[in-house]
Amino acid sequence: MPDQAAAVGDELPNPALLHLLGPKWLTARARAMSGERGRGARFTLLAFLGLGFWAFIFGMLYRMLVYFRNATDIGALLAGKLLGLMLVSFMSILLLSNIITALSSFFLARDLDMLVSAPVDWLRLYGAKLLETLVHSSWMVVLLAVPMFSAYGVAYHGGWLFPVIVVATFLPFLIIPTVLGSAITLLLVNIFPARRTRDILSLIAVLAAAGLVLLFRVLRPERLARPEGFRSLMDFIVLLNGPTSPMLPSEWVQQAVMGWLRGPFDLLPFYLLWSTAAASIVLGALLHRGLYARGYTKAQESAQTFARDGMMRKIIGAVLTPFGVRRRELVLKELRLFFRDTTQWSQLILLAVLIVVYVFNIKYLPLTGEGLTFFIVNIVPFLNLVLAGFVLASIAARFIFPGVSLEGRTFWLLRSSPLSMHDLLWSKFWVGTLPLLTLALGIVGTTNFLLKTSEFIMWVSLFSIVLLTFAIAGMAIGFGTLYPQFETENAAQIPTSFGGLLFMMASVAVIGGTIILEARPVYSYLSARVYNTETSTSEMLIGFGLAATLCIAATIVPIRFALRRLETIERG
Amino acid sequence: MIDLSALTKRYGSFTAVDGLSLTVPRGELFGFLGPNGAGKTTSLRMIAGILRPTSGTVRIGGVDVVKDPTAAKAKLGFIPDRPFIYEKLTGIEFLRFVAGLYEQDGPAVEHRSRELLALFDLEEWRDELVESYSHGMRQKLIISSAFVHRPEVIVVDEPMVGLDPKAARILKDLFREYVNRGNTIMMSTHALEVAESMCDRIGIVQGGKLRALGTMDELRASAATGTEGLETIFLRLTGENAARELVEVLNA
Repeated sequence: MPDQAAAVGDELPNPALLHLLGPKWLTARARAMSGERGRGARFTLLAFLGLGFWAFIFGMLYRMLVYFRNATDIGALLAGKLLGLMLVSFMSILLLSNIITALSSFFLARDLDMLVSAPVDWLRLYGAKLLETLVHSSWMVVLLAVPMFSAYGVAYHGGWLFPVIVVATFLPFLIIPTVLGSAITLLLVNIFPARRTRDILSLIAVLAAAGLVLLFRVLRPERLARPEGFRSLMDFIVLLNGPTSPMLPSEWVQQAVMGWLRGPFDLLPFYLLWSTAAASIVLGALLHRGLYARGYTKAQESAQTFARDGMMRKIIGAVLTPFGVRRRELVLKELRLFFRDTTQWSQLILLAVLIVVYVFNIKYLPLTGEGLTFFIVNIVPFLNLVLAGFVLASIAARFIFPGVSLEGRTFWLLRSSPLSMHDLLWSKFWVGTLPLLTLALGIVGTTNFLLKTSEFIMWVSLFSIVLLTFAIAGMAIGFGTLYPQFETENAAQIPTSFGGLLFMMASVAVIGGTIILEARPVYSYLSARVYNTETSTSEMLIGFGLAATLCIAATIVPIRFALRRLETIERG
Repeated sequence: MIDLSALTKRYGSFTAVDGLSLTVPRGELFGFLGPNGAGKTTSLRMIAGILRPTSGTVRIGGVDVVKDPTAAKAKLGFIPDRPFIYEKLTGIEFLRFVAGLYEQDGPAVEHRSRELLALFDLEEWRDELVESYSHGMRQKLIISSAFVHRPEVIVVDEPMVGLDPKAARILKDLFREYVNRGNTIMMSTHALEVAESMCDRIGIVQGGKLRALGTMDELRASAATGTEGLETIFLRLTGENAARELVEVLNA
């Protein structure tokens, strides 16, 4: 034993940074190499869609930049301003995303117990977790930045060194918000318990996003497109020439990139970016050394968790009693889990804002004035159904699609009890569909009222949206069960899976199919009104009948498949 | 009460449970032992209806778990080894929910839930969300949930993990009393002294096959260990070389 003590005293173990990151890298590699069924097809589809998205962004930006390039006086200024605006948006996204990611990587991750109890130097732990936070929170921005910078490089002939310039500016640009976000999280965790901090952060994130959307929309940027909005061209150029915010890293990246593309090339932005990144890492590390241990201890504490639901249970319990004890308890369980999870219900705020924006847009549609016929005024509300359908599909993807996946870890209980999988799907379906239906009727009813549609269009819209809501909910349950994500704890990540993508594609197909099938009878009715002719009853019956059949099939068939799949799922 | 016949579970080319045949009669506390990876948990999960057997049958009270799962599972309570419970439900809500899955509610369930929570010292925590429970408290809650609907059979995987000595003692008494009333328990455990003191009969599995089955006396006779305890019998049957190798590793 003395020998061992001496050996430990001579050289303390201190695993290297790369060693700490090893499990992450090995996990990612194992996931990439796994021979899971259908992986190839999934990868091909995602790659195809990703490339399509890149091509779309690139194409759009490139056309805009070529247009700017040809505007001799203000073209380069506009291109620079546009780049600055995109980079400022990236920075806000990065900062918010880093704050949230840092909370889980520094304080809630499952490997922390092992790492904190191991003889790992605080600086290396900081480095490893900072890198992990950077990768997890920045990959999406990096993917968005690739077509953006490519478009600038190609449009302004950046040359073969341009990618090097971009990497040299973008890397510190990613590091700065990561360090800043991690530091903010560290401070917050030292003030609140980590689990409460997570609730607060998700609420802040949602409110910030909601506020931005609302602000942007209420400003009605479309008015700026009117020429009478500009008082003087010189005022405009002066405004474009001035830096938006000279102290922001986004401005430095913009200056470095535009300096390279349009001259004069200046090294100052590079110095600013790298020195700020380096200084922030040093300061972040110092803060980590001082506060991490205390914060990590606080992170183990949980928030106040007392809960009692007297009235809700009584009222909903009474309403559900005719459906049996089992179904009643399943529905009550779903409602409790939803409303007690801040990360779930807080997204309803964002949803409410998006709906307000949607109704706002409809209200300001220029549907009065010359040249607008009875025909157009009635066709717009009909096409409004497509938009309402998309809104409903997005909501279903977020709230109904993950339902079965979230039961993954409680499968032992559900499967060992006499609960039929039919009952489980029944509760998931109705708990999701009824609020969705209320929302659907509310949106379509309100927008149609604002648009002053005819009675016929109002009834067609309500009939269609009811059918579409059932179809969307049925498909959300169906695809969610056929492509479950049992290992994902975060419900918000589940809709971004391959199954979520398929669900959205199927929803678009059903919405499109329904509208196409109904287009003929609607057209024929409106023509009859305009030209005072008879409407064809058989055309009505066939069109609306086929649309109803499509929606009913889209409701029932996926649920049938889901039921069969659920009965065979094994969670060992 | 539990009847396994040629029960087999394969994952690709790997056979986790290999033709297991076993009967646990009514009123018996049966210990199901074996080294790690022997197929205990897989067998118990097949009995509970969570996994489907590749071949063979599982009957609970004469009802086939695959052919008539609802009827078979209505007789059963299951306590898993790695339980996850809904974090955002309180203890009492979780018990109500489990009772509801068995179509039970009302004053009887409320009364039983309160009794079980009191038995395991969880009464003060009844209105706290499960997310604030410790590992041991969750284990107590899961055990309570297996009793709340009054099943005829309880299948339990590693029940003592995470329990404090008082709760472990309560659980032992509860299991014994429950079996004395004519119910059946099939329990897997690595705590050999617990199995030795509590179980009426013991089955030892290894490599998915039943290696030994009987009362303590019968096992001693088959392993030719004289008056030795279950640990010696277990090591003899499942390979005591491993323990010797372990000592060598520590000495190295």
